Order: sequence, then structure tokens, then C-alpha cells
Amino acid sequence: MSNQDINSSLAELQARYLEDVKIIGEEAQSALLALPHRLLDILRFLKTNESYQFNMLRNLTAVDYLEYIEIVYHLYSLPLRQAITVKTRCGMEDSQVPSATVIWPSANFQEREIYDLLGVRFTGHPDLRRILLRDEFDGHPLRKTYNIGNAGERR
Amino acid sequence: MQEITGLFKIAEILRGILGHFLPDPQLVDICMSLINIGAIFTIISLTAVVLVYTERKVSAFMQRRSGPNRVGPGGTLQSVADMIKLMAKEDIMPAGADKWMWILAPILLFIPAAAVFVVFPFDNKAIFADLNIGIFYFIAMSSQSVLPFLMAGWASNNKYSLVGGMRTVAQMLSYEVPMVLSILGIVMLAGSMRMSTIVAAQQHTWFIVLQPIAFVVYVITATAEINRAPFDLVEGESEIVAGPFTEYTGMRWALFFLAEYANLLAVSVIATTLFLGGWNGPWLPGWVWFFLKVGGMIFLFMWFRWTFPRLRIDQLMSFGWKVLLPLALLNIIVTGIGMYIYEFFS
Amino acid sequence: MLKTETFTLNMGPQHPSTHGVLQVVLELDGETVVQAIPHMGYLHRGIEKLAESRTYAQFIPYTDRLDYVSSMGNNLGYCQTVEKMVGIKVPERAEYLRIIMTELNRIASHLIFMGSLAIDLGASTGMMFGFRSRERILDLFDMACGARQTYTYIRFGGVSADIPSEFIPALQRFLTDFPAMLDEYHRLLTGNEILYHRLKNTGVISGQRALEIGLTGPALRASGVDYDIRKVEPYGIYDRFDFSVPLGQVGDCWDRYIVRMEEMKQSASIVTQALEQMPEGTVMATVPKVLKPPAGEVYHSIENPRGELGYYIVSDGGVNPYRLHVRRPSFINLQVLNEACQGLLIGDVVAVLATLDSLMGEVDC
Repeated sequence: MSNQDINSSLAELQARYLEDVKIIGEEAQSALLALPHRLLDILRFLKTNESYQFNMLRNLTAVDYLEYIEIVYHLYSLPLRQAITVKTRCGMEDSQVPSATVIWPSANFQEREIYDLLGVRFTGHPDLRRILLRDEFDGHPLRKTYNIGNAGERR
Repeated sequence: MQEITGLFKIAEILRGILGHFLPDPQLVDICMSLINIGAIFTIISLTAVVLVYTERKVSAFMQRRSGPNRVGPGGTLQSVADMIKLMAKEDIMPAGADKWMWILAPILLFIPAAAVFVVFPFDNKAIFADLNIGIFYFIAMSSQSVLPFLMAGWASNNKYSLVGGMRTVAQMLSYEVPMVLSILGIVMLAGSMRMSTIVAAQQHTWFIVLQPIAFVVYVITATAEINRAPFDLVEGESEIVAGPFTEYTGMRWALFFLAEYANLLAVSVIATTLFLGGWNGPWLPGWVWFFLKVGGMIFLFMWFRWTFPRLRIDQLMSFGWKVLLPLALLNIIVTGIGMYIYEFFS
Repeated sequence: MLKTETFTLNMGPQHPSTHGVLQVVLELDGETVVQAIPHMGYLHRGIEKLAESRTYAQFIPYTDRLDYVSSMGNNLGYCQTVEKMVGIKVPERAEYLRIIMTELNRIASHLIFMGSLAIDLGASTGMMFGFRSRERILDLFDMACGARQTYTYIRFGGVSADIPSEFIPALQRFLTDFPAMLDEYHRLLTGNEILYHRLKNTGVISGQRALEIGLTGPALRASGVDYDIRKVEPYGIYDRFDFSVPLGQVGDCWDRYIVRMEEMKQSASIVTQALEQMPEGTVMATVPKVLKPPAGEVYHSIENPRGELGYYIVSDGGVNPYRLHVRRPSFINLQVLNEACQGLLIGDVVAVLATLDSLMGEVDC
């Protein structure tokens, strides 16, 4: 299963979390959009359910869309060889998302990276510190509003 | 007894010349001692220079590189250039170092390394002090080098140094035991600890033929004693940077280096003396044979260094205590029984 | 009162065997590791932020500087991602050239792995031999694109230039010599008793744990998990080649070493096959000078020597990527360091680090 036929095969998931999950995007770009408070349930469901078995968290990143920050989970099921994209959104000011480390420990460093560069706080993360930048660094550079100042490109 | 040849003859000639100028025979003796001491130090420093160059060339040969080839013909002056560089380097002492211990450590390490040369039989009668406990003296002296390592490790106030110092003590103490036991087999056969007697006993059969196990044990333990790969855990650069030497610079570091090569020469000399017949050999003068054999041993140690990976500390310890020690003990028992049987039949 | 306590040892950022500027804070009980916490960021250049102010084509050279020992793979991953967004069809010959280059680069990268593992364990000759053979591959790259390390050879729609006429004979000579080289390494390193005992049963990571912690690449396959993107989601033309994916059994350092050694053999076989099948023709599709991918997003990943290299690009329809994220295998693989090292000795930390084969250029991005 690729992202293309995501609509047809996620019926069970939709039935269960009807109001908390919806499918956005089209074809290759289609993804599940989950509300933050149900995110962990949905991710756990995707990981453990027999018909999905998404046992790998391939990639975890976030995008700043100015009004909101979107956290993107790229999951992969090794037994069934299928991929899915799950997204969730959080606000710009009080950016908080539950940590996926309880489901996939591999989220650890990637969540720290997102925290470091985009300033999203992952609640329940075991060790949420900056990872690439120094601890006393001010601001989160990958936010679109981050002022590069003099450190930026000189034309 | 062999006729007087080689190095001893040179000494005799020198003594004759001195006798012309100096009236008192006692003064001549003192002068000869000084000359001998000078000769030993020359040998140590010269061998260090030569060995550094040899090591680099041998490693280059093993690794299919060309090695040093810029300074002097074939790069032969590279070590001299290195020495000048080392002498010109800034002498840095870490702020938290234990000053006197830190300064003393490289010097103390060098003393036993130089002192063991006293008993080395370079040629027939060319031996500074033919002690009747020669080999015992060597063991006693060479085991002194444990302390300076620990001193350097402790005084540097650096964790890498400390770990390195601890490793040295563990390694040297545990490898000393099988080493001594392997030498014991030779002493049993020769019936003496005097170097010249041991060499003379090998006039017909080298002890390597009679004591192959002891030779293997000796070579392995000697490699460990002088901290060379695969037993270079003390300085294991990829693990603990440079161990006790981490904080040393310039000439202080060079002293460690000098001691390391002096030790390499020392264990090769002992291997030659105990197992390879010392100066014995046909056609060529004794000292040529001696240095040829020593050179062969040094090449063997270098060969080890450039082919083997390093052991881990626990493997090192268990290998020493569980393999080498029983092997050395077994060797002594077999030697004893063998000697008894031999005496019984002849 | 006698008591023992642990002490902290800073391994890195200046240390001979942390492969760059990784800092591992070791909590030691004597020589036994209680905890090994990696601290990174010393090489952080903000490449993801830089991407947002560069055009798509301008970003290709930056990918070279991520995993700088396998730059071809980085180029390939990025270019394929953008091609996927825009919908560019790559000429056949260029596809084959890409395969040849990335697989050669995989061999070169694994040779570095072998060399650095050898020198980390104290056998410096292994490193010299590895680098000597890698030199042959670098010469080939030099012929094809004029660079030895940062190639920028793979571009949108193909490759920057066709190979010169002397390339194929040289490559064939290399492929003929390569089995003998591998054999030499096996005799020097694999057959060495000390190396075996240093690596065997150290840093064991079970297959289940490896999956959970996000290991990819040879490190994951050493734990017995069959996940090679070239097989499970063939990108480019990997489905046309016949090769096997070497797997380990226990997931210790030894398996990680053997898996990489076997992979080199497989890569050489892929290159041989590609060389046989490669057609004549152009090496570059017609691609506009300035790319403006339609608004949207793509995640595409390839199998790099260190694991799954993924690019996630969000486009807003402009000339610059709106957001570009690189899933760096070295970075995520480092997560396992702490649990793999616990209870081992200092010397083993070095072995685990070397067999994880993380590269700081990629970790810090």
C-alpha cells in the first residue's frame, strides 16, 4: 500500500477516530492529519494494528507554516512494505505536541532536533534538550520568523 | 675460551693507549668505565634515532608507502630533524599537574631503561659488568618502569593519563610473572644467571631449540612489557589519546620516546642473549652476529606492531593469567623433567 | 570509609577516534561504561536553513557536504526527490551512470569504514590499505567529474557530464582487481584472531531494538532485519540488477563489520552488471535552468552507505524550497550508542562508534 490508496484502506482507523483524524492532500501527498491530543492513540494504533503494522518511524520533522507548525511523521511498515504520512499541527506560541518516544524510541533525537530548531515542545520526552545548537542559544532558527541578522547571507 | 676479538680487543687497545698517558692503573680503570658509560649512552641515543627511522621505514614497507624520504639521503636525517623539532618545542606543564612528580616521571622512566644496558653482552667479554645475577638484575631493573608510568599518569591530572597509568600497572605486573617464569627455563638449562655463561652455554645449540615455548612466551610478554602493539593499551591512542604521555610535550615527551626505544632494544638484546645464542656465530665477528640477531628481533616486534589490532584490557589480563602463566609453568616442569631424564641417561 | 564512585570522561570533541567532532560524555566505573551520552552540533552549519534561501539547483553542492564520504549518494537522493516533485524523466544512460557512481561510492565509503575501524582498534595498516584502494575509486570520480570528494556530479535530469573514454577501461581494471583487494583485507583483518575477539559479542543490538531505535543501513541489517531500500522500494533502476542483501545474525560489532564487507562485494557486482547493460545516449534531460516545482511536498529516501538517507521537501511553488529536511542516517543511528555501550569497556566504545560508522558532517547537518 502506498499513499495513493490511503483513502480506501484506512476505513477502520477513520471509524474509530472519526472526528480526530482526517485525510488531507492528494495522491502521493496524501496524509493523515491527527489532532494532537489523539496523536499517540493513532500512532499506536497504526503501529500495533494487524493490518497496518507500521513498525518503523522513518522520518520525523516539522514545518513552519507561519500560522501553525506541522509535525510530520513518515511511517513505514516493514512486514507489509507500505508507507504512510501522519501529520499533526500545533500553534506558533505555545507549541506542544505529545512525544512519540513512548511508541518509537527512534523519535528521541529527531524530536530534540525539532525542539532545537523549531521550538516545538514534546510533552513526555525523556530528555528534551537542544541537540545541535548550544544550550544558551536564543531562538529557533528554522522558524520563518527567526531573524538571521548579520549572521545571514551577505550579497 | 674464545680468543680475544672484536669489541673487547678495541677496549684493550684503548686501555693500552690510556696506559701510556696515565701513570696510575686505577685512573685507567676509571677512565675505561667512563668510556664504557659513554659508549652505552651513545648506543642508547643512537639506537633511538636509528630505530625511529627504522620503525617508520618498516611501517611504510608494511603499508606500501615510501615513508620518510625528504630529509637527507633516503630520509635518513628525518629522525635528526625530529629531534631538533622536539628540542625546540615549547615545554607546557598543565596547570593542575603535580609539579615534581610530573617532572620526575620521564627521567625516572629513562634511568632503568639505561641501567639495564650494563649487563648486555655485546660481544665476548664486551660487557660492562658481568654480574653473576645478570638476568636477575635485568628483570629487577626493567620492572622499575611501572612506577614512572603511574607517576606520569597520576601527576598529569588528566583522566586519560590516569586510566593509562592504571592500565600500565595492571599490564606490566601481570606480564612480568610469565616473563620471569619463561626466563627461568633458560636459567635452569644454563645453570647460571650470568649473561656470559648463558651465552657460552649456547655455543653449540641455541636455547630457542631447547626452549621454543619459553621463547614464544618471552616474545609475547616482552611485547607487553614494552607496551607495543598489540599490547599498546597504555598509550592506545584511539582509546585514551596517549595515556600517561597525553600532557607531555617537547623533550619530556621525547624522553618517554627514548625510553620506549631503549626498552625495545633491551628486550631484543635479552631475547638474543637468552634464546638466539648471543654473539655466537660462524665467520663473522661476534658483535656483528649480535647486532644482526638483535636487528632481527626488533624487526619481529615492529612486524607485530604494524599488523595486529590492539587487545582489550580484559582480554589482555585473561590472556596473561590464564594462558601465558600456565604455559610458562608447564615449560618449567617439562624442562625440569627433561633435565632429570637427560642427566639420568648420560 | 571506602566507597567507589563513577567518573566522567569527555571523549571528544577532540579525540583521535570519534570520527570528526563528536563528543561522547562517558560515565565510567573504572574502565566500564555506565553511560555514553553523545553530544553533537560542533559541525552544525544550518544546511536546512540555508536551503530555504537557495534555489533548488544551488542546493546540490550542499548535499555533498552532508555525508562527505559518500557524496554521490547524497546528490542522488536530493536530485531524485526534486525530480519526483517536478516529474523529470532521466535518460537511460544517466540512470546507469548514477548507479555506477553511487555503488562505487558505497565501496569507497565502506573502505573508509574498514580503515577507520582498523585504526581505531590499533591496526593502522588496515587503514592504509583501505585508503589505498579507495584512491582508485577517487581517481575514477576525478575522471568523471573532476572532483575527488565533493562531486555535485548527479544533477536534475541526469548527470553533469558523460564519462570520458578512459573511464570504462579504468573501471574494468578496478573491478578485476577488487576481489583480490577484498581477499587481502579478509586475510589481514577478518582472519585476525584479536580483531574477531574484539568485535564478537560487543555492542549487541537485537533486531527488534534496532528497529525501534531507528537504525537503518548496514547497522540494521547486521541485526538481521532485511531492510534495504534498494530492495524494498527500488528507486532509480535498482530493480534491474541481481544482488543480494547481506544480513547479520546477532547484531554485534562483528556482524556490522562483516555485513559491510559483503556489501562491497555486492556493490561491485552491481557495478559490473550496470556496466554491461549501460546503453549509449544522452546523459541529461532538458531541464529548465530555474526549477519551480509545484506546491506540495515529497519524501524520498535512498539507501546510502550509512543507512536510509531521506529528503523531505516542501515547495510553495517558488524557486526556493519552502522547507527542506534531510533524514540523516548517521544522526539517527547515533541514538543507539548509549545502550550499545553500557557495560562495555572504553576500548569497546571505540569499536561500537566505528561500526556504527556515523559521520559528523551528516550528524550535524
